[in-house]
Amino acid sequence: MSSIQDIVDPANLVYEKTTVMNDTPMHYCPGCSHGVVHKILGEIIQEMGIQEKTIGVAPVGCAVFAYKYLDIDWQQAAHGRAPAVATAIKRLLPDRYVFTYQGDGDLAAIGTAETIHACSRGENIAIIYINNGIYGMTGGQMAPTTLPGMKSTTSPNGRDQQLEGHALDMSKLLVQLDGVCYVTRQSVHTVGAVRKTKKAIRKALENSMLNKGTSIVEVVSTCNSGWRMSPADSNTWMEENMFPVYGLGDLKDI
Amino acid sequence: MAKFKGAIVVNTERCKGCDLCVVACPTETLALSNDANSKGYNFSFMEKEENCTGCAACAHVCPDACITVYRIKI
Repeated sequence: MSSIQDIVDPANLVYEKTTVMNDTPMHYCPGCSHGVVHKILGEIIQEMGIQEKTIGVAPVGCAVFAYKYLDIDWQQAAHGRAPAVATAIKRLLPDRYVFTYQGDGDLAAIGTAETIHACSRGENIAIIYINNGIYGMTGGQMAPTTLPGMKSTTSPNGRDQQLEGHALDMSKLLVQLDGVCYVTRQSVHTVGAVRKTKKAIRKALENSMLNKGTSIVEVVSTCNSGWRMSPADSNTWMEENMFPVYGLGDLKDI
Repeated sequence: MAKFKGAIVVNTERCKGCDLCVVACPTETLALSNDANSKGYNFSFMEKEENCTGCAACAHVCPDACITVYRIKI
């Protein structure tokens, strides 16, 4: 039998952290989906060899510090304004891969107008949309995407649809716009899901160079701190409660 | 028997002990250590080293990219 020391050798390497991601410890809570999406984004950029040609637009929300972790060019946008900032960057530097990285509080609440109009204009950008159904950074308040009956700090008895409205499905909304070429909804709770999301984000980045229009990759994700669950339990909760409302799969691909 | 034998190296200082790799491991190799790193997190480690096939499932789901995977054919 081979000992562990024999196996741990650079020649036998199967998987290691992408070099696009630096060694700065991430501020995310243990088990946060943001880390996985950051990691696969770094892997895609490394595989495509576009580290020098990629510009990310960071949102306001938990991912506000995304620029600290991935060694590419970043621009920090005001709350919800990432698609507008990305529009300007892409129009001025059309040879760059430009993407926004936004949460549901950023994209679906304060930034709804920017999102819809950037998509309506068909800007050649990729939008990565992390949907965990609450405002994670500020302490788990109700967001437009909060599920009916879901408990949050501002809906302690569960979201009442009569009083607080329905869950906002941004992807379904954006599918109808002519400027949009690719809308998909993925997740990162299992190995298979991580691989699918990786493929989807890669496709969205490639689309941004093909002059086809806007690509949106929604990642249904967990916020175990905000949901008051363990990371493993929140993955199960997401499968049981989020997926029936936010079903996974491609919504548009032209 | 397994045709591959694997091993992982966990960056214990980066690990936050979220347990997702332990859940994702198909061969029940991993567990959370009783020791803690400098931040107080119980990092993951190979409890049953002989089970590891180097499938890298743990590394793919790790939110903090702490796991490096090695594999040999046997």
